[in-house]
Amino acid sequence: MRWITIKTLRAALTMWLVVTFVFFVLRATGDPAAILLPDDIDQATLEFYREKWGLTAPLWEQYVSYWKALFHGDFGISFRNNMDAFQLVWERVPKTALLGGTALLIALVIGMPLGILAALYKDSWLDRVIMTTAVFGFSMPNFFLGILLILIFSLQLRMLPSSGSGTAAHLIMPALTLGTGFAAQIARYTRSSMIEVLIRPYMRTARSKGAGPMRRLAQHALPNASVPVVTILGFKVGELLGWAVVTETVFAWPGIGRLLTHSVAVRDLAVVQCIMIILALTMVFSNMIVDLIYGRLDPRVRVGAGTASK
Amino acid sequence: MTALPDAAPRPTGPSRVLGKLSHVPVMVLAAMVFLIAMLGVTFFAQVIQPYDFDYIDLMNRMKPPAPLAGFTWAHPLGTDTLGRDLLSRLLVGAQTSMALSLLGTVLGAVIGIALGFLAAHKGRLWDEVIMALVDFQAAMPWFIVALAVLAFMGNSMVVFLALMALFGWEGYARITRGLVIAAREQGYALAVRGLGAKPRWIYIRHVLPNIAGPLLVQLTINFPNTILFETSLSFLGLGIRPPMTSLGQMLGEGRDYLISAWWLAVVPGAVIFFTTLSMSILGDWLRAKLDPSLEG
Repeated sequence: MRWITIKTLRAALTMWLVVTFVFFVLRATGDPAAILLPDDIDQATLEFYREKWGLTAPLWEQYVSYWKALFHGDFGISFRNNMDAFQLVWERVPKTALLGGTALLIALVIGMPLGILAALYKDSWLDRVIMTTAVFGFSMPNFFLGILLILIFSLQLRMLPSSGSGTAAHLIMPALTLGTGFAAQIARYTRSSMIEVLIRPYMRTARSKGAGPMRRLAQHALPNASVPVVTILGFKVGELLGWAVVTETVFAWPGIGRLLTHSVAVRDLAVVQCIMIILALTMVFSNMIVDLIYGRLDPRVRVGAGTASK
Repeated sequence: MTALPDAAPRPTGPSRVLGKLSHVPVMVLAAMVFLIAMLGVTFFAQVIQPYDFDYIDLMNRMKPPAPLAGFTWAHPLGTDTLGRDLLSRLLVGAQTSMALSLLGTVLGAVIGIALGFLAAHKGRLWDEVIMALVDFQAAMPWFIVALAVLAFMGNSMVVFLALMALFGWEGYARITRGLVIAAREQGYALAVRGLGAKPRWIYIRHVLPNIAGPLLVQLTINFPNTILFETSLSFLGLGIRPPMTSLGQMLGEGRDYLISAWWLAVVPGAVIFFTTLSMSILGDWLRAKLDPSLEG
């Protein structure tokens, strides 16, 4: 229980740091009202908007009232179109979740079997082919893969739409773009984790009990080998979100990433802030869940030895 | 981490690395050659470039690159929408991307290793604070933070470089801390301490060379990520912006001409890809060579 409390406190501390950091960094860059409104605006109007957006009080008061508002679920209003910032962001969540979820699914469906195959036939030509492909896969910059896919499947073959999100066909290329790098990473983690598991004594025990190869693989090796893979996936959520921004931009996918690049371009402070806090919250939360699950599956972690290496 | 509490310190430094350089696979050799060429470009782009990278020649717009119909030897990689020589732009763009990524990686490594040592040495509160910072950094979607900061702070090279340096330092810190704590209790460190050496001397002269292997591996993991960090931000129109150019900026610009001149995006994209690929191949190989226990 003590361990869970410490983890929760750490997560809370991290969240506090994130919100504080976001708040001050975005305000350290000058008066948002002056940046946002046209240059030739008169002083009275400027003051009106500064008042309206809560930019007149001293920074510390703004910070305190910002926290108060956050606890009431109030993320402020969009400077651009006067809508509730949280509402704006929340509308986009399903699109990004769909894209990210499909990408992760693709990554698992491609990556896990390849990693298992490579581990089973360690040091064979098959292993080498799979691992070489994996290196290519995760070295491929996301935006470049996206552009290559558009060139081939949209412009040359005219098979798939290059932008938008209306149908399932719209989902294929963005999800592939986002998923490829993760598939390669999962293949690598699965392989090394499988190799470690396959030499464990319980595998020999299973064999001596007379369990067949498929049974040994499915019931003994895989459950043990997938624990670290799932853990790593949890820690990769941030990376996934970062890449989603790029992918959404390439394919004009109307998710949080596009909203972010757009809001950043028009300097919509409230929306940018809201997105960053929601993303950080997602990351802290998923890291914590992974920690908790992992601690349950592998009691050694709880003792606190897990920080030595990645 | 670093193997057993062995009696004698292993040979370190160049001789050990050179000894392991024999029997290099072809892929790794190719990767090395490519990276050395990229390093050459980083230092000598201005010497090699056939034209000024921003020399505009509107009479020669959108020339295709070499094997395609209509190319000229005057512009082996073709020209862009303003008639600027693509080869020259590529060289200068690669220089910017490489220089920034190298600087960012090294700065991040220095910060991370220093803080890792500090956490391991001071322990207690220092350790707690530094590890909390590590957690904080790991929990921040740093790419997204950088995106927002750059957009609001405007086009500043210093800010961009600082963001790149802060990207990935926590990996070094975590590894250094773990390795130092493990190494401190090993035979060689205890022996030197017994001889009366000061902590700083032990760390720099004895511990650091012994943990250099895993840190080098971390460097090879971190560098491709840093290059992707730079190119992605520049691709989105933040980071490096015109009149300067980088590989990501070129790719972002070329994206608008996919139908009429696909090479404007594909050529810089391929260079980014081959750079990260080469570094990953080299990193994998180094990892297998230097630290068999990290296999996989």
